[in-house]
Amino acid sequence: MDTLSNLADGFVIALTWQNIGLALLGCFLGTVMGALPGLGPSNGVAILIPLAFTLGLGATPSLILLTSVYYGAMYGGRISSILLNIPGDEPAMMTCLDGYPMAKKGMAGEALSLSGISSFVGAFFATWGLILLAPQLVKIALLFGPAEYFALFALAFMTLGGVSSLNQAKSAFAAALGLGLAMIGVDSQTGVPRFTFGEVHLYDGLDFLVAIVGLFALSEVFIFLENRHGEASGKGKSIVIGRLTPPMSMLKACTPTMLRSSFVGFLAGVLPGAGASLGSFLAYSLEKRLVDKDGTFGKGDPRGVAAPEAGNNAAAGGALVPMLALGVPGSGTTAVLLAVLLSLNITPGPLLFSNNPDVVWGLIAALFIANFMLLALNIPMVGIFTRLLLVPPRVLMPIVAMVSFVGIYGISGSSFDLLVMIGFGILGWVLRKFDIPLVPIILGTLLGNAMENNLRRAITIDNGDWWTLIDSPLSIGLWIVAVIGFILPVIFARKVKSGMQRADAEGSTKD
Amino acid sequence: MFNVTRLTLAAMIVGASALTVTAQGFTPENPECIAPANPGGGWDFTCRQVGKTMQDQGLIEKTMQVVNLAGGGGGVAFAQVVNKRNDDNDLIIAASAATSTRLAQGAYPGNNMNEVRWLASIGADYGVIAVAADSEIADLPGLLDVMKNDPTSISVAGGSAVGGWDHLKVLIAASAYGIEDVRSVKYIAFDGGGEAVTQLLAGSVQAFTGDVSEAKGFVESGDIRVIAVLAPERLDGEFADFPTAREQGVDAIGANWRGFYAPGGMSDEAYAGWVEKIAALYASDEWKEVMAANGMAPLDLQGAAFEEFVAASVAKIETISREIGIIQ
Repeated sequence: MDTLSNLADGFVIALTWQNIGLALLGCFLGTVMGALPGLGPSNGVAILIPLAFTLGLGATPSLILLTSVYYGAMYGGRISSILLNIPGDEPAMMTCLDGYPMAKKGMAGEALSLSGISSFVGAFFATWGLILLAPQLVKIALLFGPAEYFALFALAFMTLGGVSSLNQAKSAFAAALGLGLAMIGVDSQTGVPRFTFGEVHLYDGLDFLVAIVGLFALSEVFIFLENRHGEASGKGKSIVIGRLTPPMSMLKACTPTMLRSSFVGFLAGVLPGAGASLGSFLAYSLEKRLVDKDGTFGKGDPRGVAAPEAGNNAAAGGALVPMLALGVPGSGTTAVLLAVLLSLNITPGPLLFSNNPDVVWGLIAALFIANFMLLALNIPMVGIFTRLLLVPPRVLMPIVAMVSFVGIYGISGSSFDLLVMIGFGILGWVLRKFDIPLVPIILGTLLGNAMENNLRRAITIDNGDWWTLIDSPLSIGLWIVAVIGFILPVIFARKVKSGMQRADAEGSTKD
Repeated sequence: MFNVTRLTLAAMIVGASALTVTAQGFTPENPECIAPANPGGGWDFTCRQVGKTMQDQGLIEKTMQVVNLAGGGGGVAFAQVVNKRNDDNDLIIAASAATSTRLAQGAYPGNNMNEVRWLASIGADYGVIAVAADSEIADLPGLLDVMKNDPTSISVAGGSAVGGWDHLKVLIAASAYGIEDVRSVKYIAFDGGGEAVTQLLAGSVQAFTGDVSEAKGFVESGDIRVIAVLAPERLDGEFADFPTAREQGVDAIGANWRGFYAPGGMSDEAYAGWVEKIAALYASDEWKEVMAANGMAPLDLQGAAFEEFVAASVAKIETISREIGIIQ
């Protein structure tokens, strides 16, 4: 009851014309930033901090503006994933897997609307989770020591097989390549630079955004250049947009997926070391294991769009739990939000809920408002977004190239990053030629460092005793799930092999 | 409320800028602050907080533009300033003990501290060593005793990489206590102080080394206990309860200073102008509040005095790093 009256107070704080205006502005800017490759939620928020300060906004309005941008960017990331096969930011990567094939089948409008609705469901439940469970959830985060985190990352890698390619060996190769790339940079456990060749730009490792934009966006441009005289220029006209809203039957079929994915994504968000990318990945691979009876995932299955979108938006809400309750950022974006809180003289941490209830509840109310606004904003705009498909590639591709270069240079201000991006573009082009999926590369780069560091932390803490990895019930549980997730498909592989081979002929280029 | 704030702000800027122009003769046209890390870290905080407060005080006319130039633990920004923006009068760069640590360890390849001009400090964050609230360890000598007798039984978590400032702080304390082979101290590097504290709460590690500001929230909530602050004397206000290492017989001091450097080719006029502005900021009541809220301790050094301080800090860290074998 207390919670509800607090929430009502929060709505009183949040529902002023100024705050609603800020939320609307934030949602709109966030969606645009999320959709542009290169600009993700964390940069989007960072870019708008000066605006909040210049306007002289107080703590609550600033947070409302910035969290609206955050939620907006999480919504927006899916747009370019679905329409162009270029993820707008890291967590939207998984949405490419089924979103782009859906768009190719002429279901772009449905995919966009469905993903908008899934995003809403994920964010909605995550916000309720934040309200009702924040204090309890902190205890879950405290169950995870280095050994448990290592088990969690191992789980992610062991269920990777088959997620993005029908050819397991190619998937494994891509993941290993990603893990290798993750090793670049100064090793935090010894302070020794690895594979940096004395180049100071590489000391902090590769920037995931640079890698993503290079691998996905630039390689797309290269493929276009290569096919310029052939089919590519003519292909634009044959695209069918189809209906704009998903039929009820599709929504109904996706509902259990959305609910399960929201739960998984939220949990991943709550763990400070995991984050939204892991959330959307685990949501997708869980759904694939659970409901993909006919092997339609990866070929434009609506559930494959609903799962990662619900997952990553729920993770965005979940990541606010450790930020507010522990002062520990669960993702890059919450790290930025944390800095904003600090510069507004608010200390997040165990006492925030009792010391600054107006800030916390105003923020939570604003999350609800932003969420409804985003849904209202996104569904009618699907029609506009899908027009993008009618733009002929010879116009679109130069724009993609320009946005990629400007975006990456705008964030880092370093021409070295542009060279790295071009390098990844060429790598992506070569890998596409070999039908090697790109998603596991990014996952390997994204999760590889955290996985390695946690393994070494765990081993160092226990003085070199490897048994520490299976020392707690939680890590044993995670390992069991990981092993089952790894072995089951191998056992069942024979059963569905015929089906797979049939699909292999047509469908292995969908990365 | 929104309009009133804006108006006062505008009035303050107009009023104060008239003053500053006559008083100092130098006002940066497009003030810019490079935070040599991604948004969200300490350097980013330094730039943004100082930029905001300076604007509130009317010390600068335009909003301070904060540029995040991450890479190489600040090395990318350092190299960029030295090579490309050496005579920029509008530019300042956030720095801290981490900067002097890396300079001392030669981690900015080909660069040294004399290539830039050191402006001023804006405060210091003294190091703390903490244990979980229910830990059996009562005080700093108690912790160091266990570490001396059985180094494998204590894991110390910190937010910096091995060889970084959080690591060095605990080594300074250990060597002051007479632990000869400081390399036996088991240090576990986490991604930031917040994650390290969380692991202390989770019971994965036995002790935490970090800054006052990182420990603050958890001390208030009663989750962790600070057994030593590495300051010359006790801190003010709510932090006065923390015992210093010195009063427990361990002569260790570790301050993470925060401040700014400027390009080496900055004109003397601009240098003096910036030094004066940061001094004015430091003296303001608003900044005192920021420092109090973030657990920062006084460190009031400008111009030549600050330059000397950084040089001394670099020399000292070089000695420790050599002792523990991080540099040869």
